[in-house]
Amino acid sequence: MNFLTIHNQQSVPFYDIPEMTYREFLDGNSSFIEGDRDRHCVLYFGIKEDVYLRLICCIADDSTHNINISSTSVKLDAILDSFSATNLAFEKFEREIHENFGIAYIDHPWLKPVRYPVNGFDKSAKMSEYPFFNIEGEELHEVGVGPVHAGIIEPGHFRFICNGEQILHLEIQLGYQHRGVEQLFLNKTKLLQRTILAESIAGDSVIGHTTAFSYLFESLGGIAVGREVLIARTIAQELERIAIHTGDLSAICTDVAYQLGSSVFGRLRTPIINFFQEWCGNRLAKGMIRVGYNPYPLTAELIKRLNEVLNAFEPDFSEMGLEISKLPSILSRFERTGMLANEQLASIGTVGMSARMNAVERDIRVSHPYGVFSELDHEPIIKHHGDVYSRVRIRREEVIQSIAYIRRMIAMISEESASYIPSFKLRSNMFSISLTEGWRGEICHAAITGDNGDLIHYKIKDPSFHNWLALALSVRNNEISDFPVSNKSFDLSYCGHDL
Amino acid sequence: MINTIKILRHQGKQFIPDLRKVKAPGIFRGRPDIGPEVCDEKALAEICPTGAIMISPVRIDLGKCAFCGECSRIFPEKIKFTTDYRLATNIRERLIVTEGRIEPLTLGMDVIRKEIRKFFRGSLKLRQVSAGGDNSCELELNACGNVNFDMGRFGIEFVASPRHADGIVITGPVSKNMASALQITYDATPTPKIIILAGTDAISGGIFEGSPALDRSFIDKNHIDLYIPGNPVHPLTFINGVLDLIGIK
Repeated sequence: MNFLTIHNQQSVPFYDIPEMTYREFLDGNSSFIEGDRDRHCVLYFGIKEDVYLRLICCIADDSTHNINISSTSVKLDAILDSFSATNLAFEKFEREIHENFGIAYIDHPWLKPVRYPVNGFDKSAKMSEYPFFNIEGEELHEVGVGPVHAGIIEPGHFRFICNGEQILHLEIQLGYQHRGVEQLFLNKTKLLQRTILAESIAGDSVIGHTTAFSYLFESLGGIAVGREVLIARTIAQELERIAIHTGDLSAICTDVAYQLGSSVFGRLRTPIINFFQEWCGNRLAKGMIRVGYNPYPLTAELIKRLNEVLNAFEPDFSEMGLEISKLPSILSRFERTGMLANEQLASIGTVGMSARMNAVERDIRVSHPYGVFSELDHEPIIKHHGDVYSRVRIRREEVIQSIAYIRRMIAMISEESASYIPSFKLRSNMFSISLTEGWRGEICHAAITGDNGDLIHYKIKDPSFHNWLALALSVRNNEISDFPVSNKSFDLSYCGHDL
Repeated sequence: MINTIKILRHQGKQFIPDLRKVKAPGIFRGRPDIGPEVCDEKALAEICPTGAIMISPVRIDLGKCAFCGECSRIFPEKIKFTTDYRLATNIRERLIVTEGRIEPLTLGMDVIRKEIRKFFRGSLKLRQVSAGGDNSCELELNACGNVNFDMGRFGIEFVASPRHADGIVITGPVSKNMASALQITYDATPTPKIIILAGTDAISGGIFEGSPALDRSFIDKNHIDLYIPGNPVHPLTFINGVLDLIGIK
């Protein structure tokens, strides 16, 4: 199989990507992944070229730290064999290609709408006519929830098929949040506009998405940022992980009606996000990550404050974390709830902490390191039960791990380097892909530039793109009353998925 | 039980006693002051990613501002973001801050509908609708009810159903795919009811303005009772805005 092999955040001439027949492409990529847990597809997408569709597939190899890229061209009215028939991890990618361009697949098991995009192929598709799976039977009933939910969260529609209180099947319909983000990356041509867009892809993963975007643009522009910037970005990434994990632990406690945990974790998130405000003027770190430089260098005073914040945070966090692991009434709600087996997680392509909850090791920080992660000798936290409690324990342990990493990174800062903005222009006819490990999991941005260095294609993949299916499968045979805590323990993004 | 008490003691007092006067920590970017200095106004307007800056005289529309602070970084003498978090108003034009006029944003008292203060002063229940919101405003609206900000002390709460609500709070630029769900939620809310727009995206579309995936007809055709700018809206901005609207000092 003829691949173009690159590293994370490397740029290559677009025309260097090898092109082959669809059959070679399908068989080659399938057999490359087959049976090797270290290899998984991080991005598979299409670009229209006249009456053809160029399909580009990016397979990450975790053991060699490489990304293997290949491509093919098919006619827009093509009817194809699918990857999904043999490898379920492709199901969402192929549904997206079908929805955007009308490519037909003869053996795709679940060729349903993804997000009802404004520039989709089938203009007559209506959200109200989503083809839900249904089962006939007198004992069964359906429960529809959303798009507007009871809490202050984003919209999505959940359709349960239940036997009494027991969930047999859950199907999740998304797309309500679709804002046309990928197209806006092309329409809004100023760098700052694109940066603000990257910050707005998912407001709970501002650092994750904006660093993915920044490394991508720096790579396409052929510039490298200084070490001080790399350290600051990596610290920010781990702080974001701490903040959102802590907030999620609060929400998980709320969903099992444990008031003390809910309040304590809720208030513990506050000093972390308030530190972001002290650092960059915004509690969710909007404004902090900029292409080519760091507008808010970590001054000695800020570092002192950060140490104070973490020192005050850690004992209270550990104490509360320990307490929830000792309460039988909590454990009975967490353990064996929302479970997924290792084989299921691996087969559907789950990423990030949702994969690590049952021994699927997916962590870009170790497999395709960026920033200063390679110096931290990061060891992913892995659990082996795949239930709500595994997801709770991963959060608890990752928070403590991230605090330790931040302390080590603080020690790495040698001096405050002057912040300067390099002159910057995207190189023409290049392709680049950028992976980062947000708190949910791998975030992927990819771009292609045209003849005069303008963006001609921008592609974003939030970890939620894969992980929503994991949530839907995990609640089977659970009581429907356990759905909220299962849902919150995944805490997936609607806007990151719908784009 | 002993552990629970220990944990409670370790938290200390976390609530903010005076939400009207507390100082925002750090370099919070709140209401901008635009000084009288002469600068290259065209270059200044060109910087803004959301077209919020207008010239001669220089004005910033907080309903469009992404609060990125880039204008103030490049023209530090001309534009300074203060830590004043009281940004809410009920008159759209008042969100436009003009150079040389340093004054806090306020509500137009004569524009507040009579029934609002009559019915909602002691208790205001709100239904939140995220319509393309990026989850940042949603996180901050959740934070309004946490133990730090404790908005519930004023009888202001978010509720699970529009049937229980006195109004809706909209976040996000209003995606086409959410337009009908937003209308249905509003229709299900009993009258009298209010509409609050929380965050720059909701007020103007923000960075998403001009996207064909939006449908802002609901915003355009309905009377808006409160505009609360921010990217995302800060809990202090939200709470103070709502208190001003329902008339709690």
